Amino acid sequence: MDKKLPTVAEAVANIPDGATVMIGGFGGSGAPIELIHALIDRFRATGSPAAITVINNNAGNGYCGIAAMIKAGMVRKMICSFPRSSNAEAFNEKYLAGEIELDLVPQGTLAERIRAAGAGIPAFYTPTSFGTELAEGKPTEEFDGKMYVRERWLKADYALIKGQDGDRTGNLTYRMAGRNFNPLMAMAAAKTIAQVSVLGEPGSIDPQAVITPGIFVDAIVEVAEPQQEEVLVRKGVVY
Amino acid sequence: MAKFNIMQDKLSNAQIAWRAAQDIEDGSYVNLGIGFPEMIAKFQPEGRDVTYHTENGVLGFGQAPKEGEEDWDLINAGKKPITLKPGAAFFHHADSFAMVRGGHLDLAVLGAYQVAQNGDLANWRVGTKGVPAVGGAMDLVHGAKRVAVVTDHVTKDGGPKLVERCTFPLTGVGCVTQVYTSLAVIDIKGGRFVLREKVPGLSMDALQAVTGATLHIEGDVADLIVPEDLA
Repeated sequence: MDKKLPTVAEAVANIPDGATVMIGGFGGSGAPIELIHALIDRFRATGSPAAITVINNNAGNGYCGIAAMIKAGMVRKMICSFPRSSNAEAFNEKYLAGEIELDLVPQGTLAERIRAAGAGIPAFYTPTSFGTELAEGKPTEEFDGKMYVRERWLKADYALIKGQDGDRTGNLTYRMAGRNFNPLMAMAAAKTIAQVSVLGEPGSIDPQAVITPGIFVDAIVEVAEPQQEEVLVRKGVVY
Repeated sequence: MAKFNIMQDKLSNAQIAWRAAQDIEDGSYVNLGIGFPEMIAKFQPEGRDVTYHTENGVLGFGQAPKEGEEDWDLINAGKKPITLKPGAAFFHHADSFAMVRGGHLDLAVLGAYQVAQNGDLANWRVGTKGVPAVGGAMDLVHGAKRVAVVTDHVTKDGGPKLVERCTFPLTGVGCVTQVYTSLAVIDIKGGRFVLREKVPGLSMDALQAVTGATLHIEGDVADLIVPEDLA
């Protein structure tokens, strides 16, 4: 099975208006910048995809990556835990002007909701947020004398993720703490698109080293020297 | 001896962090919240082997790298660059929070806007203005064997931060087990503040006057003594 695509533009060509898109990364660590920028290029050229719901831990930093998506006006809603960064101007402006929705989810609950979706578990109970305003309206239940909140799975139409090594069958490894949400999102989206620094033949990755098995990946594209969001932000790069 | 002046003579943040660090046990797994709690690592007593956890998927990180040696795939939950110690491990976010909620951490230390006598914590937002952001705060208060808070004893205006009931939005219910403040060390036990240590020179009445709920005493109250010259 060959899932390799030649360019990032082709990799994101079919994402439609109104799609829910998970984007891997924690801040800039593990963020698929080239896939995000390919999506922005398409929006600028064609006006599509518009009205995207983005699921990420954060809501962008500076003027590249997710922040540039927001600035471009193609994001309708953010589902995230921490829409704050060294420069969150892009999100803050739209949010305070009422031009973007925010669904705030505690970080561990966000991760587990994504994991649950990928694992076919529609809901689960967690102690997180019990008794707080983020649990308002959610069912609660007592287990062994302690109160828990019921949370639903969180699915997406697409996931854009970043790996280190990949092969044509979609097997992936990750670079250091760049792993974060990427393996979870790969499982939770109907279509998962991965960019990797090294894309090899089947067998190029030791099976014992595979972190995301290829069954969770639909398309894979090589970006040999990926940009790092933090470096772009510090340089003041505007995409 | 001059009369104790709470705003002048209280402990500095570094001194509070130093005191909290003395209670970190050898061999423990610890998560230090972003900001003030991070300072505790600096004062970890020598000879104790402590493994630090960060929410974005690293166990066993050490000091910040030298300038110019940052790797931006190697950061902590505050998005600051870190280095690894021998024996470190990476893992994804669901495993990371399984370590938190699943009771695998020995200690989590957080900051606070308010702590209530029943262990309720408010530390994520003070009102309804601006852009809300919760991060991992609501997760970190659940599961660790000890959930400690480091905080000034009073607000900038001198009002109590230790209260009967939190008035700011809650981060978690009944979750805090211990509070290290600029004036005292307090356990939370059975829905009450139990005073363990207070700074020398401060009377019991004066401490109670700047605490928003009754301080209970069980056994001795020790002097809270810290080094004078902490950077």
